Amino acid sequence: MLQISDSALENMINDAVSSFPDECCGFMFGTEDEDVRKVREITIVANAKEGDKRRRFQVSPVDYMKAEHYAEANGFLLLGIYHSHPNHPAIPSEHDRVAAQPYFSYVILSILDGVYAGLRSWRLNEEALFVEETINDHQTIQ
Amino acid sequence: MATVIIPTPLRKFTNNSSRLNISGASVKEVIGDLSLNFPDLKKHLLDEKGDIRSFVNIFVGDEDIRNLQQEHTALKEDTVVSIVPAIAGGSEAGSLFSREELARYNRHIIIDGFGLEAQTKLKQSKVLIIGSGGLGSPALLYLAAAGVGTIGIVDFDVVDDSNLQRQVIFGVDEIGIPKVVAAKKRLKALNPFIEVKIYNTQLTSQNALELFSEYDVIADGTDNFPTRYLVNDASVLAGKPNVYASIFQFEGQVSVFNHRDAQGEPGPNYRDLYPTPPPPGLVPNCAEGGVLGVLPGIIGSLQALEVIKIITGVGDTLSGRFFTFDALTFETRTFNIKRNKANPLNGENPTITALIDYEQFCGVKAVERPVKEISASQLYDWQVKGEPFQLIDVREQSEYDLVNIGGELIPLGTIGENADRVARDRKVVVHCKMGGRSAKAIRELEEKFGFDNLYNLKGGILGYIDEVQPELTKY
Repeated sequence: MLQISDSALENMINDAVSSFPDECCGFMFGTEDEDVRKVREITIVANAKEGDKRRRFQVSPVDYMKAEHYAEANGFLLLGIYHSHPNHPAIPSEHDRVAAQPYFSYVILSILDGVYAGLRSWRLNEEALFVEETINDHQTIQ
Repeated sequence: MATVIIPTPLRKFTNNSSRLNISGASVKEVIGDLSLNFPDLKKHLLDEKGDIRSFVNIFVGDEDIRNLQQEHTALKEDTVVSIVPAIAGGSEAGSLFSREELARYNRHIIIDGFGLEAQTKLKQSKVLIIGSGGLGSPALLYLAAAGVGTIGIVDFDVVDDSNLQRQVIFGVDEIGIPKVVAAKKRLKALNPFIEVKIYNTQLTSQNALELFSEYDVIADGTDNFPTRYLVNDASVLAGKPNVYASIFQFEGQVSVFNHRDAQGEPGPNYRDLYPTPPPPGLVPNCAEGGVLGVLPGIIGSLQALEVIKIITGVGDTLSGRFFTFDALTFETRTFNIKRNKANPLNGENPTITALIDYEQFCGVKAVERPVKEISASQLYDWQVKGEPFQLIDVREQSEYDLVNIGGELIPLGTIGENADRVARDRKVVVHCKMGGRSAKAIRELEEKFGFDNLYNLKGGILGYIDEVQPELTKY
């Protein structure tokens, strides 16, 4: 289960909406306790994809290394990545699956015509297929 | 010796170590040593040929080894080697919906529990409608409006004035043109974002399976037994869900046949209810028994509803249930139906493994062959020009005495015994009051006596009076 703090959620949505019609992306940091992952902070990362950013995103290796350092320095775990699907449902595409890493939570925000239309989270299983991860949005975490 | 930084997603393969001290003089040696010590990590770093995977970046200090000497990059004591997974992704190639489509389908997308997901499934689906008549008209209009990505229409008929009482997809401008052509024009005008494929032909045992294989859902909008059994059997043999509907006078029926549930078990089909058809002639069709025009509007819309539910997975379909509606009493009933072990198609001992001759099986023709026609003004033209033709009136004596246009009187009931009075060496125009009886007379003469020179007067004597001789008595 994934819990997202109010501020992290707000930052993610703002990034996704302001990046529309391009895809946005960023890292999620937090803690993991048993099966519950708590996202406490996010960092926004530039979409490094060259060319059309409306259907693709890419994170530069340097930004990735910075994210690992940030997690270490702040006592967080790097829990995963969020990105947006402009005018597309919050369902991982084949592009998402092929490039996906084990362990990470992949949060996808659907933005329709510039308006936030919900988010879902996905994780790879042992067969390298995406399985939806429940998001607990009832319990607010600080 | 180098310090290797393991990225978070791969730490489960290194016993949760984030930093490892590995000996080796080059990147290649370090990665080789790492793979040897942590075999589960190997497949994430190296491909089948032993090369570093394209999704994995290796950095020595702050420099990508692609900018150094690749895997031969030499390592000094205390160098930091970082394994950096490539992070990328994105929505499907080519956004599925344009801005215009999103605006068009907005009232669907904002429904809680339907949304863009269901709309996406609609766009990706292919639905085949058999018949674009009374049931097909509303079903086609609503499915096109809803955004079903590909709609196929099978119909061999042309638009006739008597269709317009219920077949709301057509207008008077389309009388005489093929129904599939008129329907496609209307659907494309309604929704330019969909594909419409037309088949101006009769559905037969020869073409049904190939046609069905190209679609996800089949909906039968025809209303005769041979086609009903053909669509049912072909749907089961092709493994497609079949949305069934039937109408007669004031009553309608709807069900979903052969729809697989979550466990992959197919639901009941028409043969579970009726293994064989009723005797020919027992159940009249709409052309004979009539139908209230709004009824196919209601039932055809329910058919469209069930098609949408099958495609999107939203709600519970009528699979395993049979719905009836009586327009006069406004009584609706829903019966539970089950699969029958004795079903000859997919019961315990199936005896039907291929499509059969359904007209022979049902003892009736699926469709009445259209007869050749002549308009009143054309007939007048022949009369004026002195074209050689025979005019036959198949009404009764009393009608003939009331008003006639000089035809030879052979009442419909006696046409067979008077076949020798019908000319074979010139054109023969047959008429009655409005055109129905004369069409029957022509079919009988063609089928039993092999005539091919018969023309039905469109609109009968009433049409002729209107257009040519308005001074005559109308009745």
